[in-house]
Amino acid sequence: MITKIYQLETLTCPSCSAKIQGMLKKTDGVKESEVLFNSSKVKVTFDETKIESETIKGKINKLGFDVLSEK
Amino acid sequence: MLKMTKGHRVLISGILVGTSFILKEILGYVPITKIVMILSTLIAGAPIFKNAYEAIKYKIVGIDVLVTIAVTGAMFIGEFWEGAAVTFLFMLGDYLESRTIEKTRSSIKELLDLAPDTARVIRDGMEIEINPDEVLKDDLVIVKPGEKISVDGTVMEGNAYVNQAAITGESIPVNKNLETSVFSGTIIESGYLIIKADKVGEDTTFARILQMVEEAQDKKANTQKFLEKFSRYYTPGIIILAIVLYLITKDIVLALTLLVIACPGALVISTPVSIVAGIGNGAKHGVLIKGGEIMEKLGTIKVLAFDKTGTLTVGKPSITHIGTNDITEKELLRLAAIGESYSEHPLGRAIIHKAEKEIGEIDAVPEEAEIITGQGLKAVIEGKTYLIGNRKLFSANGVDIKAWEEYLKKEEDKGQTSVIVGNTENVLGIISIADTIREDAKKLITNLKSLGVKRIVMLTGDNKRAAKAISEELGIDEYFAELLPEDKVRLLGELQDKYGTTAMVGDGVNDAPALASADLGIAIGGMGTDVAMETADVVLMSGSIRKLSHAIGLSRATVRNMKQNIYFAILVAALLLMGVLVKTVNLSFGMLVHELSVLIVIINAVRLISYGEKIGKTNHKSQFTMHN
Repeated sequence: MITKIYQLETLTCPSCSAKIQGMLKKTDGVKESEVLFNSSKVKVTFDETKIESETIKGKINKLGFDVLSEK
Repeated sequence: MLKMTKGHRVLISGILVGTSFILKEILGYVPITKIVMILSTLIAGAPIFKNAYEAIKYKIVGIDVLVTIAVTGAMFIGEFWEGAAVTFLFMLGDYLESRTIEKTRSSIKELLDLAPDTARVIRDGMEIEINPDEVLKDDLVIVKPGEKISVDGTVMEGNAYVNQAAITGESIPVNKNLETSVFSGTIIESGYLIIKADKVGEDTTFARILQMVEEAQDKKANTQKFLEKFSRYYTPGIIILAIVLYLITKDIVLALTLLVIACPGALVISTPVSIVAGIGNGAKHGVLIKGGEIMEKLGTIKVLAFDKTGTLTVGKPSITHIGTNDITEKELLRLAAIGESYSEHPLGRAIIHKAEKEIGEIDAVPEEAEIITGQGLKAVIEGKTYLIGNRKLFSANGVDIKAWEEYLKKEEDKGQTSVIVGNTENVLGIISIADTIREDAKKLITNLKSLGVKRIVMLTGDNKRAAKAISEELGIDEYFAELLPEDKVRLLGELQDKYGTTAMVGDGVNDAPALASADLGIAIGGMGTDVAMETADVVLMSGSIRKLSHAIGLSRATVRNMKQNIYFAILVAALLLMGVLVKTVNLSFGMLVHELSVLIVIINAVRLISYGEKIGKTNHKSQFTMHN
């Protein structure tokens, strides 16, 4: 289980956070997730044997949010 | 068509919308007008439709979905102009919102930008430049004028004026020389320093402040949690309402308009933007407020309980007055200082400190000295025997102090501790020592009262006389003295029951239980004291206590700002709803007003960034009101 923090482009609407949160909740392998609206970050704890960081990034990207960096 | 920056998309669809409007006015609803409108809708709408589709996949109904339904509906019934206008306005609004929302976060971003990016260290006798994360503990770091200090450490060499604004919020430079502590993130304005690194990287005070501010900005206020819950049911509710409305009236335009104007955008964004701007303002002024909930609580404080020593007072005893007979004050001080040479007592240290300041270095030592615990000391100086201590010492040695009794009493009533100096026959004089009150304490108490704090109390372990003297001088409502830490906790509970939300203000050194048990713990002088920074809800980084009134004023302003935003958002939504029902508000006008309301809410929050920077306080009237 690892935790990564993704820095997104500036989040402007709280409903965007709800969207990312909802998507991550329904994603297999993701244990916990938290969208930080003001700092425009997503904190994800996931099982690296089930899902790759790249896949998570891809999914966030597909929702319409650019992932700028990860930590 | 999907690969386009937001700005370009807004620009192109704007041109197309404008063109179509002119075409409509000149040629009317001819095919070419409709084609331009459809094109514009597609360009502006593509990302909205795509986001709506992705969201629906995860069963989330957001504003994208509402807009998509409305636009599709508009296209379907041939309202091409409405579709084009709505998508364009939505994109434009979104674009402007992201621009302005960055402003609400700007103070925090500025703080993050202050992080040092390079460090110069001495390795193998060579000066090399490295990444601050690579500096090791005990490395020697060289910092020159204009450069940032990259570690927390101790000055080994050099002398400099350092701007510590990054940590304390105070931009007046502080002198740093041998053995003094310096902090990462601070900037040398003049001079140079060689520093031994004590804490590096993530462990530095500055890195921890950044960490806390980062976390604080996303700790939600209760209001925000409520609004988010509300919007989760609100949006689907609106869709159902729109369907019902359509079924009853058979008016599709009305139903679609309802969808668009009912977006809760302004309402949901109302709190987080105020909170982030407020926390950012605090951080810029050396006030760490750990989250939205704390901000709300701080804004409703009814009682402030202060610790005395180290909080209202400097925490170091110093000489306040010297009374003498037949001898000069300087001579008395000199004798006492020599006598106290070997003493480790805080009062003795205070006397020596004062003597060195007044007379200069004292290198004489007593020929003989005897320390009598609980009384003072007896010393032979320059061939004569002197007594330095309290009443007990003098009566034990048979020296009459009656002539000084009245003077002693008067001093003690002022909260002073008296050190009597005499020879074997007479009292020569009395040195009054007290912990000095912080210079800004009195002004703070006055400010707090004018901010509407109901009750200001002092909780102290010190004796009643000292407590009384200080609370009278400062204008404190009530004091409780001779308390043990557990008494403080109990009293805080009683104050909470009696008056409401209670905050405890302390220096965090010995009142951790009280700080933790109060509704709100406020630590003063958090710089360098880890425990206080971790346990308190609000940390005033500098020792300057007047920042407390900034913190409370700021939290009130933030809560007020939040409320303005919420009321404004509700008012706009209600007005729009009525407008739609009586058919004076159409689809594109509804969207325009909606986007404007979101922008106004953000701009209102941006005002918090500069709170407290104007001379004088902003009052209710000069604040933004929801009617303009």
